[in-house]
Amino acid sequence: MFGLNKKDTGLLIIVGILTLLAPFILNPFPADSAMAQFNAGYPDLMQRFVIFGIFAIGFNILFGLTGYLSFGHAAFLGVGSYSAVWMFKLLSYNVIPAIALSVVIAGLFSLLIGYVSLRRSGIYFSILTLAFAQMSFALAYSVLSNPKFNLTNGETGLQVYADDPQILQGANAPDLPHLFGLPMRATYTLDIGAWSFDFNAGYYLCAVVMMVVFYLAIRIFRSPFGMMLRAVKSNQQRMNYTGLNSKPYTLAAFVISGMYAGLAGGLMAAMDPLAGAERMQWTASGEVVLMTILGGTGTLIGPVLGAGFIKYFENIFSKINDNVLHSWFAILPDGLEDAVVFIIHPFIGKGWHLTLGILFMLVVIYLPGGLVEGGQRVSNWFKRRKSGADDAPSGKTEPAE
Amino acid sequence: MDAILLQILNGLDKGSAYALIALGLTLIFGTLGVVNFAHGALFMIGAFCAVTLQKLFSLSFQTIDETQTDFLGNPLKVETPYVEAWFGPEVGASIIDWSVPLAILFAIPIMLLVGYVMERGLIKHFYKRPHADQILVTFGLAIVLQEVVKYFFGANPIQTPPPEALNGSIDLGTMIGFDPNAIIYPIWRLVYFGFAVAIIGAVFSFLQFTTFGMVVRAGMADRETVGLLGINIDRRFTIMFGIAAAVAGLAGVMYGPLNPPNYHMGMDFLVLSFVVVVVGGMGSLPGAVLAGFLLGVLESFASTTWATTTIPGINQIIIYLVAIIVLLLRPRGLMGRKGVMED
Repeated sequence: MFGLNKKDTGLLIIVGILTLLAPFILNPFPADSAMAQFNAGYPDLMQRFVIFGIFAIGFNILFGLTGYLSFGHAAFLGVGSYSAVWMFKLLSYNVIPAIALSVVIAGLFSLLIGYVSLRRSGIYFSILTLAFAQMSFALAYSVLSNPKFNLTNGETGLQVYADDPQILQGANAPDLPHLFGLPMRATYTLDIGAWSFDFNAGYYLCAVVMMVVFYLAIRIFRSPFGMMLRAVKSNQQRMNYTGLNSKPYTLAAFVISGMYAGLAGGLMAAMDPLAGAERMQWTASGEVVLMTILGGTGTLIGPVLGAGFIKYFENIFSKINDNVLHSWFAILPDGLEDAVVFIIHPFIGKGWHLTLGILFMLVVIYLPGGLVEGGQRVSNWFKRRKSGADDAPSGKTEPAE
Repeated sequence: MDAILLQILNGLDKGSAYALIALGLTLIFGTLGVVNFAHGALFMIGAFCAVTLQKLFSLSFQTIDETQTDFLGNPLKVETPYVEAWFGPEVGASIIDWSVPLAILFAIPIMLLVGYVMERGLIKHFYKRPHADQILVTFGLAIVLQEVVKYFFGANPIQTPPPEALNGSIDLGTMIGFDPNAIIYPIWRLVYFGFAVAIIGAVFSFLQFTTFGMVVRAGMADRETVGLLGINIDRRFTIMFGIAAAVAGLAGVMYGPLNPPNYHMGMDFLVLSFVVVVVGGMGSLPGAVLAGFLLGVLESFASTTWATTTIPGINQIIIYLVAIIVLLLRPRGLMGRKGVMED
């Protein structure tokens, strides 16, 4: 289907079903129960899942296929957000032109940065992208927000004010980002028994966009172009010796992943019409690297998994506090309960980053293939047990792409 | 003239920090071939060594002083630091006052240990893995160290004042024949600069004039041959990692009075230090030092009102701009050897 083989079509359909049914899947607990805090099915979080999923898919096209580790991808996300908000300010709250412009601007911006950065590889490339991103951050944070030429509105963040032109804004169009009149914040809540499920317009827009870009990513992975990028990753020198100029390919990959990041930034602004410079900081770039590695570099589904994983646990872990812990471990004797809570305390709430850092280190050390590789190992282990010991394991793991 | 001199002086303290961190980074890269993203965290740990020592010295107990009363007539509670009780009030007070310089002695063994444990426990397993993996795992480690420090010390900057005698400013201008008040300079910055020069000199002479340093230099040039000669080069490189950690840590200890330490100071310096290393030339020790001071001074010149009004925001981006230009025009950096990481 759509020019994909059977396996990829299956993957695409599974991802499609999961994203479309996410409001059900992510809300497995009744709304009033004690477990409700593990529900992730509210619009804001679901939007973040798919938006960061898009961001990570794009990053993976660069890092997973070519092996070029960019530490400045958040700059493109920020640029995308800024352009989207500018579209809201100048044209109207309709999200289509905003998202379109954010992709275009991020693409141009990444063309510029990529053209310069890709003249180097390896660690130099990482540092060059890092330098560019930090420079963009500094520019957005302070320089481009002077009264004469206020492009980014500095620390406050760019937002839409009542006196902005908005020349295409209709008289009765909603005063919020909308898709031809359908506001992004429109949420339909379905109550079934004790459960309640939120269906949010913004989420479904993001989900549809993610399906499209996921499909594109599969096509890129399977195309001759994708093969070429993999060849660059495995041995660039040999590619050069065969007389091939690999630069256009890597640059194309860089621009594509920059456009993905811009798209994510545009969607982020479409969900909440505000763009701040902190989105461009290098820790934000580090986050997308974390997501991709955690999920599984170079696999199709890995980055989406990683993004979902990090965003879910970021949200849940930060919500758990000592009181919650005490209620969990209430069955233990008092002294033991306090001890357990004391041990877990540094890792929850504000300490979520500590957990993330440890998790990330463990993944890089023991599971370089990320969650996807972990899943494969587990399933291989089961298969081996089923088929008996004499059926020697092939030892070769096929990436789940 | 005096304005130029003042800007150069202003750049020296940041430049010293850049140079020291970049020196450590280069030592690690040159010996072990590892790109250490956790080096900024080591700088931060050094700064928090000073904080810890200051807190330890200020630990005090309460006594009830019957001779003094508050306005209600109750006896006043007096806090006496233990050091004052042990060494007498005058010596005790000066120990507390000098806690930042004293922290150097405290930080050296700690940083050597931290570096040793880090190398043996983690970095060792990453020699054969690609640079990207090294970057990622040390990046993860940096997050962990940063969060641990945040857990114990909180997110706010902690004041670490310099000793009373070294606080305040001196009029440098009069000493070298300028008008009074032309060049007023905080003493601690001079101390920091002098300290940095001393450390850099110590590291270089250690490498240059000791047998150990000679072996290390030989190992940097050709690790395999040195290993074949029957020298346990891995062990020496581990020690060098510890020394690099100590250099970063000492840079952090003394930096506290210039800028109150907070848990993310390492990350802020790390990015810039990498830029410094790249500008100086990956693997070149003199290059790292030179580029550190150079970029520090450049940054200070870019922060003058004249520069910021000509090109707004130049002070924020100058270092990155220089790095980009250097990388594109002379990829091996200012003093990098030909063929070292030149792709």
